[in-house]
Amino acid sequence: MKGTVTYTIFASLGDVMATIFGINLFALSGQLLVGLINGSFYALLSLGLAIIFGLLKIINFAQGAMYMLGAFFAWMALNYMGINYWWALLLVPLAVGVLAILMERFLVRPIANEDHLYSLLLTFGVALVLQGLFTHFYGSSGLPYQIPAELKGGTKLPFMYLPNYRAWIIVSSLVVCFSTWWVIEKTKLGAYLRAGTENPQLMQGFGINVPLITTLTFGFGVALAAFAGVLAAPVYSVSPEMGSNILIVVFAIVVIGGMGSIGGAILTGLMMGVVEGLTKFFYPEASTTVIFLFMVIVLLVKPAGLFGKEA
Amino acid sequence: MKAMKKTLLAVAMSVAAATGVQAEGISNDVVKIGVLADMGGVYADICGQGCVTAVEMAVEDFGGTVLGKPIEIVSADDQNKPDVGSAKVRQWIEDENVDVVTGLVASSVTGAVTKVLTDAKKIALISASASNAFTTKACSPYNAHWTYNVAALANGTVKPMVESGKKKWFFITADYAFGHALEGIATKVIESSGGEVVGAVRAPLGTTDFSSYVLQAQASGADVVGLANAGTDFVNSLKTAAEFGLTETTDVAGLLVFTPNAQALDPAIAAGMKATTGFYWDMDDQTREWSARFKARHGSIPAMPHAGAYSMTMHYLNAIKAAGTDDSDAVMKQMKATKPDDFFARNAYLRNDGRMVHDMLLVSIKDAASRKSADDIYNIEATIPGDVAFNPMLPECDFK
Repeated sequence: MKGTVTYTIFASLGDVMATIFGINLFALSGQLLVGLINGSFYALLSLGLAIIFGLLKIINFAQGAMYMLGAFFAWMALNYMGINYWWALLLVPLAVGVLAILMERFLVRPIANEDHLYSLLLTFGVALVLQGLFTHFYGSSGLPYQIPAELKGGTKLPFMYLPNYRAWIIVSSLVVCFSTWWVIEKTKLGAYLRAGTENPQLMQGFGINVPLITTLTFGFGVALAAFAGVLAAPVYSVSPEMGSNILIVVFAIVVIGGMGSIGGAILTGLMMGVVEGLTKFFYPEASTTVIFLFMVIVLLVKPAGLFGKEA
Repeated sequence: MKAMKKTLLAVAMSVAAATGVQAEGISNDVVKIGVLADMGGVYADICGQGCVTAVEMAVEDFGGTVLGKPIEIVSADDQNKPDVGSAKVRQWIEDENVDVVTGLVASSVTGAVTKVLTDAKKIALISASASNAFTTKACSPYNAHWTYNVAALANGTVKPMVESGKKKWFFITADYAFGHALEGIATKVIESSGGEVVGAVRAPLGTTDFSSYVLQAQASGADVVGLANAGTDFVNSLKTAAEFGLTETTDVAGLLVFTPNAQALDPAIAAGMKATTGFYWDMDDQTREWSARFKARHGSIPAMPHAGAYSMTMHYLNAIKAAGTDDSDAVMKQMKATKPDDFFARNAYLRNDGRMVHDMLLVSIKDAASRKSADDIYNIEATIPGDVAFNPMLPECDFK
């Protein structure tokens, strides 16, 4: 009985709500949720960029290519070695992280003392080479990767059908993002990290191996992108272009959040996912532009970004 | 045996001598074919290096020479950019004496390139582009559009579905010239067959996440959701549709499906989906023979633009041989006068507006259990006669 009453109240409330502004609010809730899912990818990728920029002052243009590498490695692991999705989720970020460490040691470090522009151009070059290699060997059409059996199917919510895998994307990326934020902002290790980049000489004087910290941070930032890549493999086409498509948006998000702000990158990532999702609902044609429009406004009003500290 | 060889040699020499007289008709003593395609972008699998390979195969099968003069191939990457494509073609015509341009992928590039070619009175052999503009509002006496076009896709896939009772349609459309053309022509077909379009969203090219559009399609109450997009956009939108349960409640129709895209899809998602294609490798012995040769050289089965590129190059060379010259007007006249007939072109003829009318195939994507190999992806459901698939010629495009 009680249940019926509650239901009736909710149903009539729903009717009232549905008429507000002539917009179907149930449809809108669905759009908000899918926006949040997309925002999870943005958060993971922009977090990696923000860590690398915030702590190392390197603008890593290869981050999109590393995301692509993550998806391709997951596909290769499954098809060449029979490694399933769950192991790939753990092993692929490690493997890509190791590649990134080699890249930092042998490509980025020799020019570390030059202008930022040099590392930007270098990493951009690495991204183009990787994308070209994968197009050459695997073609441009994309490769299929199945959703793991445990996460197939979905849940019927009042306003939409939520595929289980999408729910998993939100949960896992939020966990990874906020634990990263917590480690960097709230722990002793994070304090070393931040201090080591603020004043390397002093930290070296305290006996802390700053070059090692630098290398590991770079590896970790890139591993986040690879993690996002594995997450994306079952839902987006595993194709060489996937990284370059998303990278520019992610850079815009980092700029909106404030270059180098760790928490800002996460929150802005989620927020921009929602903004983009709503644009897709109201005016789809503008959905690829809206984030850049946002960026222009933020740069005009608050040049350091929403969460950035004024220089 | 030796005597026979000698006789053959003598015959060959006299043929060469005879054709040598006619060879005055070949400009610059060489027939130069330019292949313009997308070598490294989103359409690279559909018509990139594969189209170059197909043209090479045609030239080799033809014998490497025509009227005693060598046939040369040059190729370039248009990067799917109209300015890059038209600049390259201009350079080909002005500096390198290119006689004909083939390949031609993104409709926007083809639009720019065909203008340059028409101004220079050179023939465009269009294989991979979808827009029907090249034989309608942008028609030209120098265009030959070979493999398929948006009209054939809409007539082939959409019409039978509307007639079977799927009246209400919703479109997820790629937001550029090709998508708009496809949606527009499909809408006409739906309305003239007694159906209606209940909504459409325009998704920007290269959209990664289609979930928002899929939710809108779900809310529209349509019987069929038509995907008026191609390549990665098609793959991504269909994957998302399946993930959100759209494919279970509603029919999803892919309006332009190339074999590499069909291969990129999980059979569990795509099985049963119908599509219209100009060619399928596993149709009969003739298609299988050619496709096996293509695969041995290229590494994958041919998509329809590859087969089309071979067929149109062959028809062009045959026309030069029959006309005794490589003069564009004479060759085009000859191409329209003789019917192309090969493994690709069935019941085919090149219409006066430049549209190559030929039998199209209605196929459905096989499920995993009935696939014998990774290349075994389609069931052929029906043959669509060319005159049914392609729209009639416009009077203003009747170039005799």
